[in-house]
Amino acid sequence: MTATTTAPTAAPSVRTEKRPSDRLRAWATRAPLLPALIFMIAVTQLPFVATLVISFFDWNSLYPDARSFTGFANYSEVLTDADLRRSVWTTVLLTVAVVLASLILGLVLALLLDRKFKGRGVVRTLLIAPFLVVPVAAALLWKHVLYNPEYGLFNGLLQYVGGPQPDWISNTPLLAVEAALVWQWTPFMMLILLAGLQSRDQQQIEAARVDGASDWQIFRHLTLPHLRRYLELGALLGSIYIVQNFDAVFTITSGGLGTANLPYTVYQSFYQAHENGLASAAGVLVVIGSIIIATFALRVVSSLFREEVSRA
Amino acid sequence: MNVIRRNGLGLVAWFVGILFFLPIAWMALTSFHSEEDAATNPPSFGAALTLDGYREFFGTGGGASPWPSLINSTVASVGSTLLVLLLALPAAYALSIRPVKKWTDVLFFFLSTKMLPVVAGLLPIYLFAKNTDMLDNIWLLVILYTSMNLPIAVWMMQSFLSEVPVAVIEAARVDGAKLPTILARVVAPIALPGIAATALICFIFSWNELLFARVLTGVVAETAPVFLTGFITSQGLFLAKVCAASLVISLPVLAAGFAAQDKLVQGLSLGAVK
Repeated sequence: MTATTTAPTAAPSVRTEKRPSDRLRAWATRAPLLPALIFMIAVTQLPFVATLVISFFDWNSLYPDARSFTGFANYSEVLTDADLRRSVWTTVLLTVAVVLASLILGLVLALLLDRKFKGRGVVRTLLIAPFLVVPVAAALLWKHVLYNPEYGLFNGLLQYVGGPQPDWISNTPLLAVEAALVWQWTPFMMLILLAGLQSRDQQQIEAARVDGASDWQIFRHLTLPHLRRYLELGALLGSIYIVQNFDAVFTITSGGLGTANLPYTVYQSFYQAHENGLASAAGVLVVIGSIIIATFALRVVSSLFREEVSRA
Repeated sequence: MNVIRRNGLGLVAWFVGILFFLPIAWMALTSFHSEEDAATNPPSFGAALTLDGYREFFGTGGGASPWPSLINSTVASVGSTLLVLLLALPAAYALSIRPVKKWTDVLFFFLSTKMLPVVAGLLPIYLFAKNTDMLDNIWLLVILYTSMNLPIAVWMMQSFLSEVPVAVIEAARVDGAKLPTILARVVAPIALPGIAATALICFIFSWNELLFARVLTGVVAETAPVFLTGFITSQGLFLAKVCAASLVISLPVLAAGFAAQDKLVQGLSLGAVK
């Protein structure tokens, strides 16, 4: 993807470079940037262009000779095929549910941690821990150690109180994946929102309190507006990461029981079904979804960034 | 009244904190139980402790040894992190201390590449690797993980390097200090903690990565997360082993994450939140 957003540009300098020494100096300034730039273009942009090209071909790698140009046929197949359409829907559902739930939980936790109490540092550390478990390990933990109907912790605890013994993953597969992801992503949201809470203008809050504002009024009219952009940032970054989620779906349900999202479908359709053209079209669709989210994300990041630059 | 409420909310925070940590604590406890005790219902909290799960995981009781995959993960993570630093440091310098024209545009270009999902380029990369005999080669992952982390690193480093006051650099230059001296004596001491945190965050992301590793590696270059996927289907009594494996493989990430705790948000939010 190329930079399509309008970034806050530095003051445009209209100085024309006439003398060769100026031009040389300009290149000397640019030189340290070039290796990283060239590397990024070569490793991320070129493969995407290739994906775009392949997406217009009917190409199954088991029949390499039967490769032919098909225009938008792959796209219409992705969008009309029931399974593939379902995976588009699953991706949306998974992303929205996980982002919303972890954002709300994260906000509650951030508000709790924003006040002083004994052992706050310890609680913060306990809360960050889930985010620092390797994603596949976390998914295995939920699948085998917590959800397992025979010896998982959930049913074990239910057994103590004489509760039912549900088969969590079979009964509510998508919810099972979502719960595991919410557990991992809530700390992420909490960290971002906590940083937002701690950057509030304390004097303003004191002044409001002196003027007799209640806690709720302060939260509603001062804290929440201030947090808005941090909430947006958390939601957008969370979406970017969770739209791409592969680990949890692959590990907990192996894409079965209607939990296959687009990244899993892309993986499955070229790695197992060898449908290169279809996989590429599905990949391009993921990119389009990401671009839509990313355009908003870049806008939020750039507004926070501008604020930082002007404050400095 | 206020005191009670404050303490009450503190207790709620403690309760939620413990609740979130409970699965990890349970995983740790189970890893020290025997397979029989690990698979009881209701759970046996006070069962005897043993290292059998760890012995099983490290392959002394038969089965594949995890060491090759741990070594591969170390090579991929450390190698790509070093390469990221090598590429990102000069780039961040050209975006902060001696900025090029339109440096914000360049910065946002880097950010936009981070938003390109992995699946966008997966197939061509796979085909490329297949045709150039790079499949199942750990160095291919080093390159890909570098591209995955470079945007984050450039953003973080840019924000750390711009914390170095320009006036101090100018003063050093007026006093006749050459660029290497300025970098070593003025820039490094201020920016070093940030650079270290950036490196730790890049390490975490590379260590965790599954999709590239799963598609592009096989027997030789298998990484630790791919090794873990071997536990997806149940294999009889194996809970203690799974827990031991998950814990051991997560330890480097937990250690790096807690070490970088203060800068974690800045890295995860791509430098947008300080």
